[in-house]
Amino acid sequence: MDNDRVDQIIDKYQGEASSLIQILLGIQTENHWLPKEALERVSEKLQVPLARIQHIATFYKAFSLVPKGRHEIHICVGTACHVRGATRVLDTVRDLTGIKPGETDLDLKFSLETVNCLGCCALGPVMEVDGKTHGKIAPGKTADVLKNFE
Amino acid sequence: MSDILVRIDGKEVEASQGMTVLEAAQSAGISIPTLCHHEKLEPFGGCRLCIVEVQVGDWMKRVVSCVYPVEKNLIVRTRSEMIDKIRKMILELQLAHAPDSPELLDLAQEYGADKDRFDKEASFCIHCGLCVRYCDEVKKKNAVGFVDRGIRKEISFIPEIAAKECWNCKECFPLCPTEALQAAFVLTKSLTSPPLSHEPSSEE
Repeated sequence: MDNDRVDQIIDKYQGEASSLIQILLGIQTENHWLPKEALERVSEKLQVPLARIQHIATFYKAFSLVPKGRHEIHICVGTACHVRGATRVLDTVRDLTGIKPGETDLDLKFSLETVNCLGCCALGPVMEVDGKTHGKIAPGKTADVLKNFE
Repeated sequence: MSDILVRIDGKEVEASQGMTVLEAAQSAGISIPTLCHHEKLEPFGGCRLCIVEVQVGDWMKRVVSCVYPVEKNLIVRTRSEMIDKIRKMILELQLAHAPDSPELLDLAQEYGADKDRFDKEASFCIHCGLCVRYCDEVKKKNAVGFVDRGIRKEISFIPEIAAKECWNCKECFPLCPTEALQAAFVLTKSLTSPPLSHEPSSEE
């Protein structure tokens, strides 16, 4: 992500320091993570100390300071999904992608995370890819979903 | 700026509007233990050690004196059985993080806190925020800041700023009640490449 694009996002919020979190979210959504250069640029343009940006960026789970994949897989391991076999779904996805929860693969294709509830327990076990919910997913079906992503 | 009369530990104390209970007590020479308070810095209310009992009319509550403003007819008690018990607990929890801090050990002796009550979890930092706030509010350099949150919260120097500013300043070092700060600084120094020089580099 180059500085021009970061500047565009900052300009969208009129360079207001109070919009810091919105700006960081904008960069995070587009780039999937917050590179140090981008944070330094934001710090300079908004006149907010880097230490404060670092505090905020590490505080919220929505932000990542390490590269993330193009597609984010969330697997629910909450109680309802757990009793309906979320662990088996998770194991299958781990085998398919070759990564553990919290990790990103080398091609930056997938990042895998476990979550504790996606708010649709009746659909358990639930897998969410890039915000799209796949309910009542059988371990065998996960491959069909994931093969659609590049 | 009307003067407000408050009663602290039975002593009449004159305070002005906007003062905190802690400031009023200190002005009358009544000592309240603190860890995160510093006269040059904004009140933080982080360590909770300056907790006192305040009473307005019949209503008694326990408040943190460093962020509680004085008001009319306030009666303050800085020591009581309950207050001592709360302070003892706070100290015991902090000693699990920084068992060898002289400042904490002195207070522990006064309040009868047992430093071995809880399993050691030596992070050494007790999150008083003195270094972070001093660097921000007084020096305006922001070379050190908090990262992460909850049980993983810790202080961290920004290496690029530390390389330029810290070597000739180090004013935050004596503020730290536990010496965790020095450790964080040494860590930053050893992780920085090229290493931070003892003299400010001539290129700047």
